[in-house]
Amino acid sequence: MADQKQEQPMQAATSIDAIDKRNLDWFLDKGVQVLIFIGGISAIIFVLGIFVFITKEGFDFVLSRFDLAEFFTSPNWRPTSSANPTYGALALIVGTASVTGTAMIVAIPFSLGAAIYIGEFATGKTREALKILVELLAAIPSVVWGFIGLSIMNALIIDLFNVPIGLNIFNAGVILGLMAAPIMTTIAEDALKAVPDEYRAAAEAMGATRWQVIRKVVLPAAKNGLVAAVLLGVGRGFGETMAVLMATGHSVQIPDSIFDSVRALTATIAAELGETAVGSDHYGALFTLGIFLFIVTFLINLTADLVVRGIKKK
Amino acid sequence: MYNHDKSMETPATGTTNGLAIRTEKLSLWYGTFQALFDVDFDVKQGIITALIGPSGCGKSTLLRCVNRINERLGYVRTEGKVDVMGLNVYAPDVELAQLRKQVGMVFQRPNPLPISIRDNILFGYHLHVPGSKKQPKAEKEQIVEEALRQVLLWDQVKDRLDRKATGLSLEEQQKLCIARLLPVKPAVLLMDEPCSALDPKATEAVEELIWQLRGTYSILIVTHNMAQARRASDECAFMLMGKLVEHTKTEEMFVTPANQQTADYIEGRYG
Repeated sequence: MADQKQEQPMQAATSIDAIDKRNLDWFLDKGVQVLIFIGGISAIIFVLGIFVFITKEGFDFVLSRFDLAEFFTSPNWRPTSSANPTYGALALIVGTASVTGTAMIVAIPFSLGAAIYIGEFATGKTREALKILVELLAAIPSVVWGFIGLSIMNALIIDLFNVPIGLNIFNAGVILGLMAAPIMTTIAEDALKAVPDEYRAAAEAMGATRWQVIRKVVLPAAKNGLVAAVLLGVGRGFGETMAVLMATGHSVQIPDSIFDSVRALTATIAAELGETAVGSDHYGALFTLGIFLFIVTFLINLTADLVVRGIKKK
Repeated sequence: MYNHDKSMETPATGTTNGLAIRTEKLSLWYGTFQALFDVDFDVKQGIITALIGPSGCGKSTLLRCVNRINERLGYVRTEGKVDVMGLNVYAPDVELAQLRKQVGMVFQRPNPLPISIRDNILFGYHLHVPGSKKQPKAEKEQIVEEALRQVLLWDQVKDRLDRKATGLSLEEQQKLCIARLLPVKPAVLLMDEPCSALDPKATEAVEELIWQLRGTYSILIVTHNMAQARRASDECAFMLMGKLVEHTKTEEMFVTPANQQTADYIEGRYG
């Protein structure tokens, strides 16, 4: 019987099964799609939620008590004064900016140097080992860095530079620079890696030395990515809290030298928020600092993002 | 032997016996894989020599030994000798930068640098001519124009020298890649399948250009295009499995190949 069937010539189908049956696979597919969609937009929702929350908490203060001129021009941050509380954030802004600036002076040469070495010179196992090491460095908790600043760097700075306090811009800047360097290295190295190898081959075949290839071909081609790496480092510096709180000395003042203590915006929020009454002016003022930080880091990251997109367009 | 009114100068030399490139017992390993076996190969000055053979036969590898660009890979070991214009390029005191000034190379895929057309032309020139960056602008413009004219590209690009070279068509890019080698006046031009990324019309144009450069430069060209080797070379060398099988005048090779393997390849029985 079976043999007989095989001998018959194949026939074109004259009818087909229904094609509108919804089976388990169909439901599974829809279910997974919905889950992924929720997962995908949740990040956006949470960030927006945080922004709305911070704005709401700071809003009363901004409307009632806030004085734009005072906020940006007065160095007097005296939120707890019972007679006349003032909310000048200038000293805090200068504190954050000076520490971040110092950090970048430390981090840019280190991270670009490391990225160039890993991306252009190191080969094989050295390269892999270094990449893993850099990623490990990025994973050191900031409180550990703060601890190093507080206990080791502090004494070292007092000894080396003969200054009264070791907790200052220099200390926090170095710590923050070392913290930001690994992530900057990783991003900068990605930017170098994105430069097509044909460019290097072309330049080498024309008789360029290794360094000439890097300086005249690779770095210009990777320029946008490198700028983005630096900007993300700046963003990291602005937002860092714990290490800065521990290493700056936490004193509100406009610094005269790199060895003066300062206080950062982030550290102020971290240190004071727990001791304010919810809804008080002080509470609102801290949230206003938060809004300001949020806007600044948002702008930095947005710029970095636009710069990176700039490369891809070309 | 070859008369060309375009030839501006005779390539620089020592004692060369009329040879641009000469390899002796050249063997090469990529790691443990041997890609070249005792290759003895002579390339005469002022003509176009084509290297043909099936994929993986070592023709590109041989070409890349001449300017030592192979060594970028890092796991390459070479034995034997390669002379360019009578000088051993594997001698221990050879400076790669100076070697590559003498031996220009055109790659399979056009690879202009992501800078302006003008800067592409001047890139090698600035590398090799000290102080050339401070030269008067007019002189540099002169160099750019001359190089672009030699590759028949001047009229197309003269109004957009400041545009990025990567925005040109592939044909224009490849011509530019040839043009940028000329200002440093190399003795030898290596071309690694220079037309394989181009369409037939562009291939024709680039071939024509290569033919024009014949005489002024000694040219070694790798191709897997039989027809191209046949119409655009003076001599032809056939490689198989890392060995040089036959090297003779192009018309002879395509009409009366001495070796059976060569005959089989040319007739398309494998490859």
